[in-house]
Amino acid sequence: MAPRTMFEKLWDRHLVMQEEGKPALLYIDLHLVHEVTSPQAFDELRMAGRPVRRPDLTVATMDHNVPTWDRALPMTDEISIRQVEALQRNCEAFGITLYDLYSPRQGIVHVIGPELGLTQPGMTIVCGDSHTSTHGAFGSLAFGIGTSEVEHVLATQCLVQKKPKSMEVRVTGALPPGTTAKDLILGIIGQIGTDGATGYVIEYTGEAVRSLSMEGRMTICNMTIEAGARAGMIAPDEITFAYVKGRPHAPQGEAWEEAVADWRTLTTDPGATYDRVIEFDATRLVPNVSWGTNPGQVIPVDGVIPDPTGFADPAQRKAAEAALAYMALTPGTPVSQVKVDRVFIGSCTNGRIEDLRAAAAVARGRRVANGVSAMVVPGSGQVKLQAEAEGLHEVFLAAGFEWREAGCSMCLGMNPDILQPGERCAATSNRNFEGRQGKGGRTHLVSPAMAAAAAIAGHFVDVRELMAEGGGAA
Amino acid sequence: MNPFVTETGLAVPLDRVNVDTDAIIPKQFLKRIERTGFGQFLFYDWRLTAEGAPNPAFVLNQPQYAGATVLIAGRNFGSGSSREHAPWALADYGFRAIIAPSYADIFYNNCFQNGLLPVVLPEETVAELMRRAAQPGYRVTVDLQSCTVSDDQGLSVPFTVDEFRRHRLLHGLDEIGMTLQHEGAITAYESRRSSRMPHLG
Repeated sequence: MAPRTMFEKLWDRHLVMQEEGKPALLYIDLHLVHEVTSPQAFDELRMAGRPVRRPDLTVATMDHNVPTWDRALPMTDEISIRQVEALQRNCEAFGITLYDLYSPRQGIVHVIGPELGLTQPGMTIVCGDSHTSTHGAFGSLAFGIGTSEVEHVLATQCLVQKKPKSMEVRVTGALPPGTTAKDLILGIIGQIGTDGATGYVIEYTGEAVRSLSMEGRMTICNMTIEAGARAGMIAPDEITFAYVKGRPHAPQGEAWEEAVADWRTLTTDPGATYDRVIEFDATRLVPNVSWGTNPGQVIPVDGVIPDPTGFADPAQRKAAEAALAYMALTPGTPVSQVKVDRVFIGSCTNGRIEDLRAAAAVARGRRVANGVSAMVVPGSGQVKLQAEAEGLHEVFLAAGFEWREAGCSMCLGMNPDILQPGERCAATSNRNFEGRQGKGGRTHLVSPAMAAAAAIAGHFVDVRELMAEGGGAA
Repeated sequence: MNPFVTETGLAVPLDRVNVDTDAIIPKQFLKRIERTGFGQFLFYDWRLTAEGAPNPAFVLNQPQYAGATVLIAGRNFGSGSSREHAPWALADYGFRAIIAPSYADIFYNNCFQNGLLPVVLPEETVAELMRRAAQPGYRVTVDLQSCTVSDDQGLSVPFTVDEFRRHRLLHGLDEIGMTLQHEGAITAYESRRSSRMPHLG
């Protein structure tokens, strides 16, 4: 057989049917479901009198619109309650496992899938959520779908898919100290643009990627959708296997050995070719901050707000002008002079234990600046428990951060955690679109360490300077 | 699903690139559990000022575009969130077709599930359509049978669309029903799958 990329191997392995001149019918190994994009799918299923084909391959949680305040307090938003109750009813009616608001396993769908060991190498994974690309970090083919496709998967466990093209993003060199997976993916999106990978599945390769933890790899794959890609993936290796091993849904005993042996065969064959290859030099990376209203509008923290007249493409120039007007920023202003009102640490991009450790390392022994409101929202109940076992919550609380319950929270502001008009936020999430965190809110995307540093300083600051100083009372 | 064969209607130019689905339908309207009624929230933050009054500067609020059915937009339209509420809102508002140089993948797929035709045309053709649509009363015809976009000023340009999708949209076919016709192939795959990869369940 001709050498194949990992993407091609996964594609071939899941082909139920491929008729000449038609899209493929692809089998789905894991379908993750949440409250916002599923109610209409269940309704239509019910109206058509169709059952869920594989409830055993379907797992649900509530994450998007749940409050992050004390779980002992009731939800207050009537419409959100209706949506959460609909998911509860649908899961009961169709026999689907649900990690509800009061489950210790509840959390952001893209955090709990890996945590539970549901996410495994070699799988096809879908969810009615664009950040499903996160799961590609394990060497799975994972992508977001719309509600009609959610219904299609519920009914058939398959998806009708046209084969995307493949792209290698080869990251050369090692990440410099003080830079993270978040800075890397922001840098890559800044280089190729928010539609730079439309129609492609990206495989990330190179030493800088291989040396990342699973948390870092998930951050990279998570934001792959922000470059327009269908999916992002990273070949499974010992780091992957170590993460998966022993988790509740991971294969056990002999099945584990067999699974690992199989997973080792998934990697791209020597000599296999991609439709497109992009190189990214990691050695010159510095902590990044987004300045505009899409995740491709990114600059290094030691840079200045760009001048739209510097953009050659008229459409990009116009977009930059609109972005600067919305963000209330003046070209030429050093990023380090941009003050923040709010800080949000969390989301499916950066709400995992390693992210909270990185933020806590900066916050330890320091204080959130006067006038800044900062919150930490763990990605899941398990992340919260782990962080508390490590005493991270005490670090955050002592520094003046709020310590919340798990959920999507202010990443998209479907719950009560939103920005007020005009407020500027340093956020570890994935989208800085107009109004994303609240109407009129201004979002700057950064790494967890950079977000914590901005909370302490009251403005953006190069976290490497704080790291050089060392913690205040560590 | 409603079929799409041909549409002749008023065209409205939305001259922006990277219009994301958060802009098309902001998150506060995703809490509904119905599939209908989203049109009133389309481009909500652009259509309404901070005080909640219609924003006269936004193109959809200009009287000359009332009743428009074809939206002309910049490249990478529909980027970001997978929310199908975006095409639901566009269709519910009255749009039948979109013309843009490119779309984000998930949004593009979602349109076809809802009888909404996303037409891809070259940048310069879209720019020309934008210029023409700036004139009051400019109407355009989008024909899926002949795969052309035309107007009564001599413009006639072909577009391409995946044949499977075209067929499905022309006839308003239910994709799930089509897949379920392959029940035998799915069951056969499942039995191969559980013998080859038992750990997958």
